[in-house]
Amino acid sequence: MTQAKFSRGLVPLSIVSVVLLVGGFAMVFFYAPNEADQGFVQKIFYLHVPLAIVALFGFVAGGVYGIRFLRSGDRTYDLRSYVAIHISLILAVGALITGSIWAKASWGSWWVWDEPTLVSFLIVFLLYACYQPLRFSIEDPERQARYAAVFAIVGGAFVPLNFMAVRAAESLVHPRVLSTTGGAMPGSMRVTFLVCLAGMALLFVTLNKYELTSKQATFALRALKRRLAGDDDWVPIRRSAAPQL
Amino acid sequence: MAALVRKDLRAELRTGDTLPAMALFSISTFVLFHFGLDARSLEGDLAAGVFWVTMLFAAVLAVNRQFVAEREEGGFDGFLLAPVDRTSLFLAKAAVLFVFLVALQVVAVPAFAILLLEPSPGPGLPELIGLLLLADAGIAAVGTLVGALAVQTRAREVIVPLLVLPLMIPVVIAAARGTAPLWLEAGAAAVEGRWPLILGLYDLVFGLLAYAVFDYLLDE
Repeated sequence: MTQAKFSRGLVPLSIVSVVLLVGGFAMVFFYAPNEADQGFVQKIFYLHVPLAIVALFGFVAGGVYGIRFLRSGDRTYDLRSYVAIHISLILAVGALITGSIWAKASWGSWWVWDEPTLVSFLIVFLLYACYQPLRFSIEDPERQARYAAVFAIVGGAFVPLNFMAVRAAESLVHPRVLSTTGGAMPGSMRVTFLVCLAGMALLFVTLNKYELTSKQATFALRALKRRLAGDDDWVPIRRSAAPQL
Repeated sequence: MAALVRKDLRAELRTGDTLPAMALFSISTFVLFHFGLDARSLEGDLAAGVFWVTMLFAAVLAVNRQFVAEREEGGFDGFLLAPVDRTSLFLAKAAVLFVFLVALQVVAVPAFAILLLEPSPGPGLPELIGLLLLADAGIAAVGTLVGALAVQTRAREVIVPLLVLPLMIPVVIAAARGTAPLWLEAGAAAVEGRWPLILGLYDLVFGLLAYAVFDYLLDE
């Protein structure tokens, strides 16, 4: 078994990401200035934007793991791809909700259609929401892994292309946070934002590791149980959207 | 590959499984839009949007049917036994879907012009054909990939639209925005260059991608 492979360094990583996130949010409230235009509400930005950016990178990472799975046939890459997309989906829900709250507060309505970043994010979310149903509807685990990898690769390529198309179609209301001009953020805001982004990215990595470790423990437990019960009366594995090693 | 294309086209000619359904479906949808929007005629943005959404839904019908014969009649096994490159199946299926879409539009564009479109599509016709072909290529590539992905799943009819519709949003955006100026009440205006560009980029990226990963969708 590849025991303790995913769980290595989990404790220090968790501590660092908690410290960084808490520190980042402390900076949001005590260090970064209130935005002149929107005031206090703008502070949701330090949560919303890192959530969205990390989720998108997570989707792309799922695609990269998909490629590696198809190339190597190593099932752990399928697991990594699954977990990356799974956690990204959760972050994406958070990004959509915080984005909606922010839109209500600063533009006056819960949803703004002429808002390319929000809209393209919704499209990406809708696409990836099909990932688990797709996996679930394929019974053969080997085929499930292969098809899911194909989906992850196509989705990963779709993310940037979709953003381009939507952005070309819509006007520019959304502030460009990380554009080449730096979005005209004052220094203290930018530092705070970068700390929050780093914290969120670390949180993503930590959550990934937790899920991977937990899955691995489940597999190990199942293998042990099967050995204990003998080959005669082991319980067949329940059909599942998650990869089975 | 040519043999595969011929096989599919002949099957379609003999059975009429897909194309008549697509054409009928599009015309019904135009009628539905007439009542749904309570509009005698459409122009500009709205006309382009109605037209392209209808085309997309009709394409979903074709994608649903695409690999059914292969699966039910054991065509996949026959194909895998044959000493040919696996991606030729992708190319053949995508080519057939492309032909279906073009054939559909030969019917649907005049029908749309008669039923709903206010200005005559005549003046902007060359540009329209260019946009149609570019969009069809993208729909064919992605549709074939999703069709192959979905045919092995238990919930094929559900999975296809769920996957195709979000993936096609860039096509709809670019095609509809590109078509809108051709169908203006005041007469056709020029198409902005970025829409065909986005369509072309989409075709290129997803064509290559689908070509690269299609191998993994065939097994046994």
